[in-house]
Amino acid sequence: MTTVAEMPAGFADKVLAAQSTFRSVMDAMARPGTVQRIQAVSGVPAPMMRGAAAIALTLFDQDTPVWLDSRLAATMDVAKWIKFHTSAPVIADPAICAFAVVADAAALPSFEQFAFGSGEYPDRSTTIILQVASLTEGPAYELRGPGIDGATILRAAIGVPDLLDRLALNASLFPRGIDLVLVSGESVVALPRTTRLVAKEG
Amino acid sequence: MNAPTYNFAYLDEQTKRMIRRAILKAIAIPGYQVPFASREMPMPYGWGTGGVQVTAAILGPVDKLKVIDQGSDDTTNAISIRKFFEKTAGVAVTTNTNDATVIQTRHRIPEATLQAHQVLVYQVPIPEPLRFLEPRETETRRMHALGEYGLIHVKLYEDIARFGHIATAYAYPVKVNARYVMDPSPTPKFDNPKMNNSAALQLFGAGREKRIYAIPPYTSVVSLDFEDHPFEPYKHKACCALCNAEDSYLDEIVTDNKGSRMFVCSDTDYCETRQSQGHRGSENAAPYAESANA
Ligand SMILES: [Zn+2]
Repeated sequence: MTTVAEMPAGFADKVLAAQSTFRSVMDAMARPGTVQRIQAVSGVPAPMMRGAAAIALTLFDQDTPVWLDSRLAATMDVAKWIKFHTSAPVIADPAICAFAVVADAAALPSFEQFAFGSGEYPDRSTTIILQVASLTEGPAYELRGPGIDGATILRAAIGVPDLLDRLALNASLFPRGIDLVLVSGESVVALPRTTRLVAKEG
Repeated sequence: MNAPTYNFAYLDEQTKRMIRRAILKAIAIPGYQVPFASREMPMPYGWGTGGVQVTAAILGPVDKLKVIDQGSDDTTNAISIRKFFEKTAGVAVTTNTNDATVIQTRHRIPEATLQAHQVLVYQVPIPEPLRFLEPRETETRRMHALGEYGLIHVKLYEDIARFGHIATAYAYPVKVNARYVMDPSPTPKFDNPKMNNSAALQLFGAGREKRIYAIPPYTSVVSLDFEDHPFEPYKHKACCALCNAEDSYLDEIVTDNKGSRMFVCSDTDYCETRQSQGHRGSENAAPYAESANA
């Protein structure tokens, strides 16, 4: 069991690791479907993935309420680690969180439970950091939208049962909406609210 | 440890996080202006503090930075911003468009087609395209929320009624991803078509007005127009006097104290690259050509 006192440092070089992690996330968001690599973080408490931890260290702070799904909240380790390293408040109400971190994709709450932002301020929305089994193997999806030259294929084991229905609802709300950041180990793929997915045979 | 008195790329980490979050939202909502808490920078507003903050938030040690002002790498403004990042981030700089990974610009888009590994950062003075038509922020927000853009079409149509064509030549409004009307910053409308479906990510920072917005790569950017008065990018009737380019944006410059003038490329890197490839304009003829004309 890790206690807060024993917690090792997150990034070895905070400033440059945050910059490099941000560029990976920015590239992922700007080019949906592309798999970006993220700087490794050591001492991450299970079941949080190293990629999700690096994003947390890069983007979370006292101004970003964070919600954890029940798998991540099962022990206090992840919440403690986030508070210790980022000072972000870990909150119980997903409707007002800036970031949600989800380890159990099969039990992802419906998007309506998070913040979609308003018509005037669609940026006041939740970004869901979703830990998934694979970003290279699994069902194939065809992606279209800004950031994609025509169409691109993503093979991923995302594990959200009704993913396409949820994304269709999300699309209908634009410019309000949820942005998804998928993480598997140290790989990341973003699905901003503008990306359209269809299941692809084979 | 001899730590510098400022952080890498000048901004503190908390400010960078805030700007980085705003950039991600801006990319996710193309053309929408994300509010951010703009910081004081060691240069006056009007010197591109919004663009400088965006550049500072994205720049890393492996980047190569180019800074242009009206197409030129050599204005006081461009040089001082380049020096600022050389000093605070130790970053490599270049004037070559193709070599740059991050290009900060005021008033121009380079003539060379931008590539997927490049980010173009615009310095924006007035981000709100509806501001001259509607001074109230609550109203412009409402119009953007509803996609209610009749007012700006009326303004463009008044141009047609008065001048017979749309007279707006700079900051010509565009619609991004068929949703948000956006101010492309005071670039000449000549540059508008380059924003459409670009391979590069385009980021816009307005320091005084505290807004960040973005055009992701491969995103539709359409200049507003009318069926009977389609958008026409400005076309020069002259060629560059130095490199003979017919397809570049030209500046008229005075060449001596007698008031002689010539047209040259506003993009100095483009012009110099063409000259180094052997292209010659009327004022820059090869020596044998001059003697032949004599
Ligand atoms: Zn030229």
